[in-house]
Amino acid sequence: MLYASPLIAVGLTMLIGTFVFTAMGYDGLHAVRDIFLTPFLEPQRWPDLGVKAAPLVMIALGLAIGFRANVWNIGAEGQYVMGAIAGTGVALATHGLTGWWILPAMALAGVIGGMAWAAIPAFLRVKLQVSEILTSLMLTYVAVQALYYLVRGPWKDPDGFNFPQTKMFSAAQTLPAMAEGSLVHLGIPVALVIALVAWLVMEKTTAGYAVKVVGLAPAAARHGGFSADKVTWASLLAGGGLAGLAGLFEAAGPFGQLTPQFPTGYGFTAIIVAFLGRLNPLGIVFGGVVLAGTYVGGEIAQTTVRLPQAATGMFQALLLFVLLATDVLVRYRIGWKARAA
Amino acid sequence: MTSIITRRRFNFGAGASAAALPFTAGRALAQAPLGVGFIYVGPVGDHGWTWTHDQGRLAVEKEFGAKVKTSFIEKVAEGPDAARAIRQLAQANNQIIFTTSFGFMNPTIQVAKQFPKLFFEHATGYQRADNVATYNARFYEGRAVIGTIAGHMSKSGQAGYIASFPIPEVVMGINAFHLAAKKVNPNFRTKVIWASTWYDPAKEADAAKALIDQGCDIITQHTDSAAALQAAEQRGVFAFGQASDMKAFAPKAHLSAIIDDWSGYYVKRVREAMDGTWKTGDVWGGIKDGMVKIAPYNDAVTPAARAAADAVQKGIVDGTLHPFTGELKDQKGVVRLKAGEKASDELMSKMDWYVDGVQA
Repeated sequence: MLYASPLIAVGLTMLIGTFVFTAMGYDGLHAVRDIFLTPFLEPQRWPDLGVKAAPLVMIALGLAIGFRANVWNIGAEGQYVMGAIAGTGVALATHGLTGWWILPAMALAGVIGGMAWAAIPAFLRVKLQVSEILTSLMLTYVAVQALYYLVRGPWKDPDGFNFPQTKMFSAAQTLPAMAEGSLVHLGIPVALVIALVAWLVMEKTTAGYAVKVVGLAPAAARHGGFSADKVTWASLLAGGGLAGLAGLFEAAGPFGQLTPQFPTGYGFTAIIVAFLGRLNPLGIVFGGVVLAGTYVGGEIAQTTVRLPQAATGMFQALLLFVLLATDVLVRYRIGWKARAA
Repeated sequence: MTSIITRRRFNFGAGASAAALPFTAGRALAQAPLGVGFIYVGPVGDHGWTWTHDQGRLAVEKEFGAKVKTSFIEKVAEGPDAARAIRQLAQANNQIIFTTSFGFMNPTIQVAKQFPKLFFEHATGYQRADNVATYNARFYEGRAVIGTIAGHMSKSGQAGYIASFPIPEVVMGINAFHLAAKKVNPNFRTKVIWASTWYDPAKEADAAKALIDQGCDIITQHTDSAAALQAAEQRGVFAFGQASDMKAFAPKAHLSAIIDDWSGYYVKRVREAMDGTWKTGDVWGGIKDGMVKIAPYNDAVTPAARAAADAVQKGIVDGTLHPFTGELKDQKGVVRLKAGEKASDELMSKMDWYVDGVQA
């Protein structure tokens, strides 16, 4: 039943959305169809879905590991930005060079950048018992300011008419497309491979088991010799590393440079994806595609039924709300208790 | 089902564009409404930049009625999301697509390559192609008019300027405003705060308050919402509307506004797309062409200020006054324009220096 609740949640969100937007005077049924179904029914939209889903899936995979262990990394957005910054640093340093090694070096820098940013909350939690929810979230804003500083100052494109942006990456620094002229870049299959690896690690290895035990029963974990500190470190580093890699892929893929518009909220939306996917790596792939659909479908609904852009955000938030509500209702039964006289 | 319908529509769209060529003019196809698409950077309800573009879209609908079918996507982020949104319009049977923010430049060029039969129009950019035209308005002319009013109306001799990004478009506006105010009051100072956004009412209001706290009694902006005007109204200082007449938001503070009017251009270009006479190009229209207008003055504007502002407008229209006329020195004292020299369009479109007296 717990595995059915994401599907029920999607269904209920569609139902509520239909009513709300009909009540507001839109063609509610058409709006919901365009947001949740049209992107999946039109093959020409599929590449867009993949491009949008890949970073969400990658970030959510990392977050889910932590969430399983009761480690609440809310700052994936910051780790995503830091990964992109670190990778871009390599790109700018190697501008004008060619070679197969440049892109892997950028990816490595991305992973390390994200990990380093996540290591700060890990350190603070393990050594000083500071809540990682606060520190990771606050560090997001620091990362975004660092990005603003760099694109406006030392990394500003000399030929960019003073617009705050870095140089465009060269061909050797850009993720290759999977087919000539296609939007589908290397990051999409890589995200799927990572999902598979994450599933194997979480379901088939002792390390994955340790993460789950620490999350579900900390006392039992201590008794079993699993170190909660190690799990905290590992899950934050995994989350940061994957978010950093997603950031680099986004910078070296769809963006092709860094701009102040780079942080688009993937790190936050990925939280919805992780829960929609039941914190299960394969479920997360499903969750990522559904959320990607709401972005793409939201734009379709704007042109077809003139739905405002804010409706996309509303649907995403409604989805998380309904999902958490169905979870509660699946786990618990509402009872009526006679009041004691 | 949906995919088949859309695919058919898509083919039909390609057919309609072929029909635009004289030798294939088809009878049945000519009946189909022309798809006209718009990409907006802000929400339609910003009452500023995006709102005026949407007024242009409505003017197109009014002019052509059932002969066009317009659609838009609003609040599109500048970056890869823009490419997706433009592509979405291109695939949805739009023959001509207007992308209305500087940051849509690369995505527009990129998508236009994939759809060589469609026409693209990019506002405020500098990259063109056979099927990508650019258009812009000479907002700096409007800035010169409101700068003149500011020079007359400011008691503290300090104006606050809420700016978005330091691109030439914005830098040019700051300089034009300041130069005009300085002509009236040689000690005039213009303080700039960078909001790093085109549209964020909360940030814009905060910037306005900070500027007022620093002693500015005139607020002007190169961001799109009316929030700064509302802050000015509350604090009892003056301000100017941006892109549209924003008097309703601040009846006392609103001295005037620079109004963007895209209607004429949009109607003209859509007609050309219909006739098959559309060609790429670059249009930069000002007060004379009706693309930039000045909103009615507030009752508070003094007779002297009115007369001076009217004179500036008239001078710009008849060509006797250019807002950028030498001798012009930048902040570092470097002479950018020799005495009597007028700035060329090229110099303005690459402007990355501030005139003396601007604090940016």
